[in-house]
Amino acid sequence: MAEAFWLIPLIPGAGALVLLLFGSRMPRRWVSWQSTLAVLASFVLSAAGFARLVRAGPDAPALAKTLLPWIASGSFVAEFAFSFDRLSAVMALVVTGVGLLIHVYSVGYMAGDKAYARYFAYLNLFMFFMLVLVTASDIVLMFIGWEGVGLCSYLLIGFWFDRPAAAKAGLKAFVVNRVGDAAFIVGLLFLLTAVGDPSFAAINAAPAAGLVGPGLATLAAVLLFVGATGKSAQIPLYVWLPDAMEGPTPVSALIHAATMVTAGVYMVSRLGGLFAASPAASAVVAWTGGLTAVFAATVALVQTDIKRVLAYSTISQIGYMFLGCGVGACAAGMFHLFTHAFFKSLLFLAAGSVIHALGGEQDMRRMGGLRKRLPVTFPAFLVGAMAIAGVPFLSGFFSKDAILTSAFAGGHYVLYGLGLAGAVLTAFYVFRMVFLTFYGEPRAAGAHPRVRESPPVMTVPLVILAALSALAGLAGLPVLLGGRADLFGRFLEGVVVRTAHRLAASSEVLLILAAAASALAGIYLAFVFYRGSPALPARSAARFPRLYRLLTGKYYVDEAYEAAIVRPLVRGAELVYRRFDLEVVDGALNASAAAARGAGQGLNTVQSGLLRDYALAFLLGVVIFLGALLL
Amino acid sequence: MIPPPAFLFLAVLLFGLGVLAFFVKKDLLTQFMAVEIMLNAGNLAFLSLAKAFGRAEGQALVLFVITVAAAEAVVGLAIIVVVFRQRRSLRTDELKDLKG
Repeated sequence: MAEAFWLIPLIPGAGALVLLLFGSRMPRRWVSWQSTLAVLASFVLSAAGFARLVRAGPDAPALAKTLLPWIASGSFVAEFAFSFDRLSAVMALVVTGVGLLIHVYSVGYMAGDKAYARYFAYLNLFMFFMLVLVTASDIVLMFIGWEGVGLCSYLLIGFWFDRPAAAKAGLKAFVVNRVGDAAFIVGLLFLLTAVGDPSFAAINAAPAAGLVGPGLATLAAVLLFVGATGKSAQIPLYVWLPDAMEGPTPVSALIHAATMVTAGVYMVSRLGGLFAASPAASAVVAWTGGLTAVFAATVALVQTDIKRVLAYSTISQIGYMFLGCGVGACAAGMFHLFTHAFFKSLLFLAAGSVIHALGGEQDMRRMGGLRKRLPVTFPAFLVGAMAIAGVPFLSGFFSKDAILTSAFAGGHYVLYGLGLAGAVLTAFYVFRMVFLTFYGEPRAAGAHPRVRESPPVMTVPLVILAALSALAGLAGLPVLLGGRADLFGRFLEGVVVRTAHRLAASSEVLLILAAAASALAGIYLAFVFYRGSPALPARSAARFPRLYRLLTGKYYVDEAYEAAIVRPLVRGAELVYRRFDLEVVDGALNASAAAARGAGQGLNTVQSGLLRDYALAFLLGVVIFLGALLL
Repeated sequence: MIPPPAFLFLAVLLFGLGVLAFFVKKDLLTQFMAVEIMLNAGNLAFLSLAKAFGRAEGQALVLFVITVAAAEAVVGLAIIVVVFRQRRSLRTDELKDLKG
């Protein structure tokens, strides 16, 4: 069964095609079953492939399959070729596993929507492109998946396109991603020109083989990483992700938390050989990640929309993943990707359940006291919150600790400090959410008597994800517990590049304690602010009005981009439109039309409609012709 | 024995009469007959030249022209009948709907 791994992307792809063509005429029950079963089939195949890789041992080659030839130009050959190695296996399992749960959840969440089939068609299409991205064996095919998931993201953000905000958010996501993708393409071209072979194996081997010098490696890696900042919402191209929350909540969970936005981390891990060849590019990755982690966390502190808090939290957590990759610990970054997929999609789905129960309310200031009314959602959300905050022994604790330990061990003390500060902030804003939403007196929407727990089709995925969020950390216990503890890291050994740093056991214990302390400190602070003395948030906001305004204004980055980039661009376009389009292009067209009309009016008089005139012209013609012939 | 140039001369005369009639007359039916005269002038020219050079191609061509002329006469007369039924007139200086 593992040989059929190339069907992993193709099954949801075929499902999407059927739904796009015939979905609107199918019964809803059929749509739900077909789309969910397609993802289930992919999940089973991924699991079979994973089992095969585990049995084959670490030195066995990846599964490979070439479907069709594609581009063959001189010595350059790109094919529709898929491969399934350990890194692909991890990604495929996360994507299909979380995707499956979210398909099930969506059956409940989207039950009342009129475009039910379109939603599931896009969702299956997304699974297709995402799985192409993670199973492609060369960078050109991966780029197809890369662009495809961007397209699906656009389609699903703007799913409710009759809302102007959603349509605008979709457009923003698409345009911002274009900026990153332009850099990605340039980097890709540099790389392909130098290497001549698009396969990942060739690219990763190129620096060592001398095909790619250190300067070119830095240039190409940084350009590719700019592409990743677009897709994975890092500074400076993160601005689209908070707005992307206009899409349906399961979409936010699947695309904008668990899978698509982590594609950049996957790409950096996949091209580990290239990034490792350039310390400068790695530093760019690490610093971008570290700064984004703290920056986004500070914005999340003051947001009031439950989904926006989660969006900034996602940006911040992906920052951690890049931080891990940048300091040479891609396995740790991938491990955080793995655990984050569970607890962040759990938080989103639980938030979706809250929003669903409150009839669309997303403002946390109007919630409160939902602890008893939502008896399944609340504990699920709490588990997710504890996991992301890094409460000891839950998954987020181990994965975040793995990243921070790697940063510290590599001698990146400032980055370690940033990460630790981010951890405190994370714990704070997440528990602020918990307290505002589920504790205290019910406010406004939360007080409504009709608030009821969501149906089982939504709560069962929550419970499964909660269990995974709690237990996934066991896959990557700290190396401290013995060399065999870090299952996840050992599984990826040999696939991702890793700079090994050994730390003394005592300092590793200290680091773990520091991580635990930062999480608990954040939670305690949140408790003091939002349970201990309810007036404190308002008082501290009044105390530091400038800081508060800066945070609620999201550092005015959107406004700055608007003023520096968007408005000059729109102005320039308007100028070109007026001066060039209207005057030159339209002018030339109108002039030629006028000339044709004038000529027509001139020749019009010849057309008298009288038979005699025509015959006379004919006769004259014959006379002239004969005259010319005879003379 | 009439000399061949005489037939050719007759053909030119007939053709000239046809052209003259076509321009002088204002009646579609008469003009149509003028066209027929021109056609047959052409036939005569073919035949006289065929005779003069002792070759058969001219005679063969005349057979084609007669066939085509018959078909043309059918279509032309049918059009004239329809025009007359619709307008009750065949005066060509009144039929100028195609004026641009």
